[in-house]
Order: sequence, then structure tokens, then C-alpha cells
Amino acid sequence: MNKIFIALLSGIIFGLGLSLSQMTNPNKVIDFLDIFGNWDPSLAFVMMGALAVTFISFRFVLKRPEPIFEEGFHQSKRTDIDKSLLIGAAIFGAGWAMSGYCPGPAVASLGAGNFEALIMVLSIYTGFFSQKWFSRKIFNA
Amino acid sequence: MENFTPLSALLGGALIGLSATILLLFNGRMAGISGIMNGLFNSPKDERNWRLTFLCGLIIGAIIFQTLSPDFFAPRQGYPLWLVAVGGFLVGIGTRLGNGCTSGHGICGIASLSIRSIFATLTFMGAGMITVYIIRHLL
Repeated sequence: MNKIFIALLSGIIFGLGLSLSQMTNPNKVIDFLDIFGNWDPSLAFVMMGALAVTFISFRFVLKRPEPIFEEGFHQSKRTDIDKSLLIGAAIFGAGWAMSGYCPGPAVASLGAGNFEALIMVLSIYTGFFSQKWFSRKIFNA
Repeated sequence: MENFTPLSALLGGALIGLSATILLLFNGRMAGISGIMNGLFNSPKDERNWRLTFLCGLIIGAIIFQTLSPDFFAPRQGYPLWLVAVGGFLVGIGTRLGNGCTSGHGICGIASLSIRSIFATLTFMGAGMITVYIIRHLL
């Protein structure tokens, strides 16, 4: 129950942050990526604002033996830079730029009754479910 | 740069950082939205509830904000929906292949000094900039 409450609280704060910073506005996201056009650096400031908090807080949190309501931290220990990481990130970047939505703002914008966001979320899930097939084709793995 | 909004961007970003801190401190989870979304259908049953709750919270947060300042949310008009659909599909495939998105790699991963996240963030930012250049300035 405690963990569910934390998930709700954390989700609400995240949604407020995305809205206040206007990351739910796809034009603003695309304007950030448009460095050769009428550039809007706001998204970089969103990341700086978030990292200013997490850079400090994560140091303290991860020094704890374990989280408050859970046994152990769920954290990736991988350090290898493989093909799948870089190709995946490049595909994600292209899709992000085409649509103007990354996953968080797409979900949050569902609350605004935004039809685009609904299409976006459904397409993201279609992508999730297609990824295994896609990986086999590309990497023969 | 007349649309530049540094103050609300910094404050909104700080809220996102606070959210990620709370989720990690109490539940030991990274606030990576693509991973949370994927696990909604793709993880053991007892894993699904907190994910669904977090995603509902995300929607509730946006609704609260919209209620407080209704003129903030003007949904985009006239953008080709097929471009959103193709983009969404690529976001889905790309974030699974690359194990994360803007939040998981860009905020949580970089704050954890993960070398993978730093490379992923530089790569998706670069790919995004090239894609926008092609769509807006070449086509």
C-alpha cells in the first residue's frame, strides 16, 4: 500500500513538472531540436533543473543500504556500449522528433483529452510489442 | 528565441527531479517512463499495480495543472497524425532496444553517472536534431 501511494505521489509530481515546463507541448520539444531554425533552448533547462536535483539527491539515496519500502534498488549495472543501445537511442530520437512526444508527455497529455496523445501512446505500445521481431531481423539475435 | 521560457523550464525540471528522487528513495525504482509503460503488460502481476498507479498519477498531475491554468494547454492543431503514429512506433521500438528514454537515460541514468545513459542521451538528442533538420529544412 505504501509503495502504491508513493507511485501515485511521484506520478502526480512528474505530471505537474512536465506540464509546468511545457514538455507536453510537442511544438516546444521540436523547437528545441531545431537548432538551425528558431531555436528554443527550454528543454535543456528542464534537464538542468531535473539534474540539479537528482545529481545531489541520488548521491544520498544510493548511499543507503536499501530504499525505505523496498528491498534493494532496481538499477541497471550494465556499462557496455553496444549496438542495440546506440541504434535504439537513434531510432527513439528520430521518433521523438517526428512526433514531438517522448513517453512521459505522451501519457500525461492523455489527461488533456488530447487525441494526438492517444495515437502516440497506442503507437508506442505497438512499437514495444514489435521490438522482439525487429531485433531478430536486424541483429539476427 | 522568443519562445524561450527558462524559469518555468527549470522549475518544472526540478519537480521532475523531485519525483524521481521520491520514487528511488522510497520504492527503489528509477523513474524511466518507457520502462514503466513497458512493464505494465510485461512484468509479473505484483509489479503491475505500482506502474499503473504511477502512470495514472502522471495523467492526474497534468489534469491538476490544466485545471489551475487552462490556457496553458492548447493541443496542437493540424499536425499530420500519420507522423505522430510513425513517430510513436519508432519511440516504442527505440526505447526497448536502447533500454530507456528521456527520463530513464537523460535524468535518472545521467544522475547515476551511467556511461550507457550518457551515450544514449547524446545519441537520441543528435538523432532528434538531424530528423527535425530534415523535416523542417530539407523536405
